Amino acid sequence: MVPVSAYLIVAIVLFGIGTVGVLISRNMIVMFMCIELMLNAANLALIAFSRSLEVMDGHAFVFLVLTVAAAEAAVGLAIVLAIYRNRETINIDRFSILKW
Amino acid sequence: MEFAFPEYNLRLMAPEIFLFLWALLIIAYDVLTKRKSETTAGYLALAGLMITGLILGFTGTGHGFGNMFVSDTAAKFFKIIFLGSAFMAIGSSFGIMREKIVNHRGEFYGLILFSTVGMMFLSSSNELLSLYIGLELTTIPLFVLAAFFKDDKLSVEAGIKYFIVGAFSSALLLYGISFLYGLSGTTDLVQMKINIAITHLTFQNIGVILILAIVLVVAGIGFKLSLPPFHQWVPDVYQGSPTPVAAFLSVGSKAAGLIAFAKIFVNGLFAFHHPDMAPNDWGRLVALLAVAAMILGNTVAIRQTNIKRMLGYSSIAQVGYIMIGIVAMNALGMAAMGFYIFAYMFANMGAFAAVAIVEDKTGSCEISTYSGLARTSPLLSATFAVFLLSLAGIPPLAGFMAKFYIFAAGIQAAQHDPGLYWMYWLVGIALLTTVFAIYYYANIIKQMYFAKEPSPHKVTYNFPALTVLLIGLAGLFVFGIYPEPVLHFASGIASSFGIIP
Repeated sequence: MVPVSAYLIVAIVLFGIGTVGVLISRNMIVMFMCIELMLNAANLALIAFSRSLEVMDGHAFVFLVLTVAAAEAAVGLAIVLAIYRNRETINIDRFSILKW
Repeated sequence: MEFAFPEYNLRLMAPEIFLFLWALLIIAYDVLTKRKSETTAGYLALAGLMITGLILGFTGTGHGFGNMFVSDTAAKFFKIIFLGSAFMAIGSSFGIMREKIVNHRGEFYGLILFSTVGMMFLSSSNELLSLYIGLELTTIPLFVLAAFFKDDKLSVEAGIKYFIVGAFSSALLLYGISFLYGLSGTTDLVQMKINIAITHLTFQNIGVILILAIVLVVAGIGFKLSLPPFHQWVPDVYQGSPTPVAAFLSVGSKAAGLIAFAKIFVNGLFAFHHPDMAPNDWGRLVALLAVAAMILGNTVAIRQTNIKRMLGYSSIAQVGYIMIGIVAMNALGMAAMGFYIFAYMFANMGAFAAVAIVEDKTGSCEISTYSGLARTSPLLSATFAVFLLSLAGIPPLAGFMAKFYIFAAGIQAAQHDPGLYWMYWLVGIALLTTVFAIYYYANIIKQMYFAKEPSPHKVTYNFPALTVLLIGLAGLFVFGIYPEPVLHFASGIASSFGIIP
């Protein structure tokens, strides 16, 4: 049997890739994909904990997180589309009208 | 084998269910009238919020859905704040509706109500799962609302910034929650407190994971609360998004973050003073962030030229003051936190309503627009000045009493426990930064009253916006002079979180 720590290491690596991706990427779509990666890292950790502790709450949690991620994707892609229509770019560095 | 079904207690959820159905009704009404609903949709939304408030008054207390949903004093107090801020945000939106939003009135009001439903679920959640869902239900409609003027560059930019930051922070929060779940084996907040203590005493080496979990959760909710260093989105989003939405973000969304923070940390991780639970010492971390919020918010606000950005920075500073009440972790601190957000609702929603009225007339949010406004629009200038003075904390307004109780709670915590001597410093810095705050609030009052030239603009009021101004004014004076009823109600928050006075 694979120990729970193996899953947690995979989860933390996925989370790290996602976080670094959000912070250094300049493309909206890539940033968005990295956020999905972070959510999936959390899902993996929840499932691993749930399996090793033998309580089912974590499984239920993951289903609801998947639903939330889908809702977020729907709203997020719509906003990306709206900004592409009036700026013709999805590079985050170009969205700098608002600054102090 | 006997199997006990969890008790649903659906009646406890009556306000949320009603408001959700009402929001669907408004969207349907707007479509059925072929987008010609004019102001009726807005009045329907206001009526729905008032009826929900009435239902909330008749809802009892208790647990439902297998302890996932709880209706107690803390939940009710915050639900009143959410309903009030949604009411005042919708009330101040009628001018923008007439000018800019012609075809999507139903969606605008519907989304505000959906977000309010999410906040109400959040304040009633008793465990991590429903708390996370409530928080997402709160923020996802707000992403759309921030980007509501989809042909306006500023609004769409505000929407995209809010979306990236909001989604990123919810991922951080979720990862932190997964660790808390792994350490405790439960999602129930009260059980979590016990289980983490047991796990900690059994395996001595969970400190690192617990600290990681605490940092991730503080970061995740810190984004919603706009605590530095997670605050950069606030001024941008406030400036870009429609003014009523910015107002709703600054009070409703912030109160939602506050109750989520209090639930996880005070209810779920309270083992704050226990010497065996040293890794659980989140108080110092949050105190540092609160100091950063007070200093940064109050100093950067001084040099803003856009009034919505200035109110954004001021709201960062206000959260810093509120966090003193949570860090103090005593009965007075919890009550003061509730009273502060209550007073802040009247002052900030009123200030944003005044900004919305001026924006409808002049189309500008620059502070220079306000120069000489007192001679042409005395009522607006006077009420706006009262709101700003309350935000600064001048007696006899409610903002002063709120700050007074918050500081008293900090001092009390420091006297009570020698390990918390740093609370004196926290309160001292808070008092000092209040002085900076008076400077930039007074600057606007100076612009309005002491300019040489009278303003070329004369504002016109519509009935709902005028009502919002008067509600704010009445709230600040009444609860500034006579705060006891609210304070008495708010003192129930402490017992909801298991703090015995």
